[in-house]
Amino acid sequence: MSNLLLFPIIIPLIMATILMLFPNKIKMQRLFALLGALATLTSSLFLLFKVYNDGIQVVTLGSWPAPFGISMVSDLFSALLVVTTSLIVLFVVLYSFPTIGIKREQSFYYPAVLFLLTGVNGAFTTGDIFNLFVFVEVLLMASYTLIVHGGERQQLRESIKYLLVNIISSALFVVAVALLYSVTGTLNMADLAIKIPQIENTGILTVIAVLFLVVFGFKAAIFPLYFWLPASYHAPPMPILALFGALLTKVGVYAIMRTYTLFFTMNVGFTHELLAIIAILTILAGCVGALAYFDVKKIIIYNIIIAVGVILFGVSQLNEAGVQGSILYLIHDMMIKAVLFFLVGIVAVIFGTSNLRKMGGLMKTYPVLGWTYLVAAFGLAGIPPLSGFPGKLLIVQGGFEGPQFWGSIVILATSLIVLLSAVRIFIYAFWGEPVETKPLKKSAYQAMLIPSMILVAITVFFGVGAELFMPFVSGAAEVLLNPTLYIEAVFKE
Amino acid sequence: MEIIMSVVIGFLFMAAVYLMLSKSLIRIIIGTGLLSHGAHLLLLTMGGLGGESPPVVADGVSVSDYADPLPQALILTAIVISFAVTSFFLVVAYRAYQELGTDNMELLKGTEDHE
Repeated sequence: MSNLLLFPIIIPLIMATILMLFPNKIKMQRLFALLGALATLTSSLFLLFKVYNDGIQVVTLGSWPAPFGISMVSDLFSALLVVTTSLIVLFVVLYSFPTIGIKREQSFYYPAVLFLLTGVNGAFTTGDIFNLFVFVEVLLMASYTLIVHGGERQQLRESIKYLLVNIISSALFVVAVALLYSVTGTLNMADLAIKIPQIENTGILTVIAVLFLVVFGFKAAIFPLYFWLPASYHAPPMPILALFGALLTKVGVYAIMRTYTLFFTMNVGFTHELLAIIAILTILAGCVGALAYFDVKKIIIYNIIIAVGVILFGVSQLNEAGVQGSILYLIHDMMIKAVLFFLVGIVAVIFGTSNLRKMGGLMKTYPVLGWTYLVAAFGLAGIPPLSGFPGKLLIVQGGFEGPQFWGSIVILATSLIVLLSAVRIFIYAFWGEPVETKPLKKSAYQAMLIPSMILVAITVFFGVGAELFMPFVSGAAEVLLNPTLYIEAVFKE
Repeated sequence: MEIIMSVVIGFLFMAAVYLMLSKSLIRIIIGTGLLSHGAHLLLLTMGGLGGESPPVVADGVSVSDYADPLPQALILTAIVISFAVTSFFLVVAYRAYQELGTDNMELLKGTEDHE
């Protein structure tokens, strides 16, 4: 038993609490936020290698034996996601320095970001379904603060809807947990994985599984529950949008992946086929949105929805290639979405608008930005050897090996639409007649561009060096596909 | 007893849905409050009602003698969370009313293009 896996949750919590003591000292705020993000990243990297070398790490709080106490479980899948999350928060903090504005920095912006990190890391690490609810509420509370942070008219209007949707989905979460508890008598995920196969009446469990899909689907923005996402995400400023786009929907995706591989496997013919169909519909709905809008933010926001569909389709196939692909694609997508929002944010600052029709000719004045964006856009579409390719390849392979081969065909076809939607931004903003731009200080431009470029470089490395990461990913997929490994690790404690 | 509770929970959900479909923001917030009450009562009922002994293992007390204590712990957590969220929602609603000058959801429709 090692407490290491609690560090990525506790460090940002403590740092955020300290930061709340001196909101007006901006330099200290920046320094401590950066330190907090760095310390979290370091501890999560230690955790990843610990899990890789020594197997699944488990802490059961209060030293109660496993089904009674709350288990925190870190397998390779959750450790990988914790590392990615901490990395993204580090870059978002760096990107926030020049973009978020002093007024927001003085009103508890960095504490909110770190509280969000606490919630996300906790949700990825917990091994108890009710504790998952609690951590989801922690991150939602931080996200409520962030989405309304600054109090602009549009933010206030959209945050009401965002709050309402999430409150309803949280109430449904409690309902789903209550029903699950009444049927199984336990809330520990490993214990659920033992108890659920022993229950003969699978009908009620299928209903509960679908109810959980609805609950997590609200968070993950699957078809037809994604309706709230585009308008809400459009409201907050760019660093917050990057944080939301990279992390929040992914918590829902993670929860679906975890529950649908670990214990809701009693009626795969129905639940997982439903998941596959919904995933494909999600992709198609996202594609329509990505092509329909001429707003750079909206285009990338709809690409979040497409990616959610792609990842969930891989999971629904429940075979090795599909699950491995989903994990790879999930990590890729978290990084690439953050970086695309960063770059699009710079473009929007330069033109003073996010409307594509009012942009043009940036290639002559900002060539580095242009090429960086192009690399990121190709990475998003999955052009080999960039980071989207290995994940998508495995997902498509998993689809052809699995029952829903038609899904793979849709994914391949929609890749072209994703490419079109991302390259359209490039064509409109960087080619064509130069349009008048807003003056931008060179130092501010560099402060925005450099974190973005480093993150792009990391995604390129993640794509080109995918072979290096495969041992981690295949180890993560192994645990997802063999729930016994997870169960044994939890009950060994 | 469980039957009565189920009816009560169903009624709370019905009232919550009715309130949340109205146009006034305050009614919607009251609706979310009722919704979480319904969810909490459901959690309590699903744990099983009945049993008079305190949930302490002692001589002569069998498991069937006391009510399951776990759902009560869960409800306590859920109540605290929904309390915090509701108060936050009320504050945001008040600020929105100040900024936007309306609490009618019909008028809060639309996108940034209409701004």
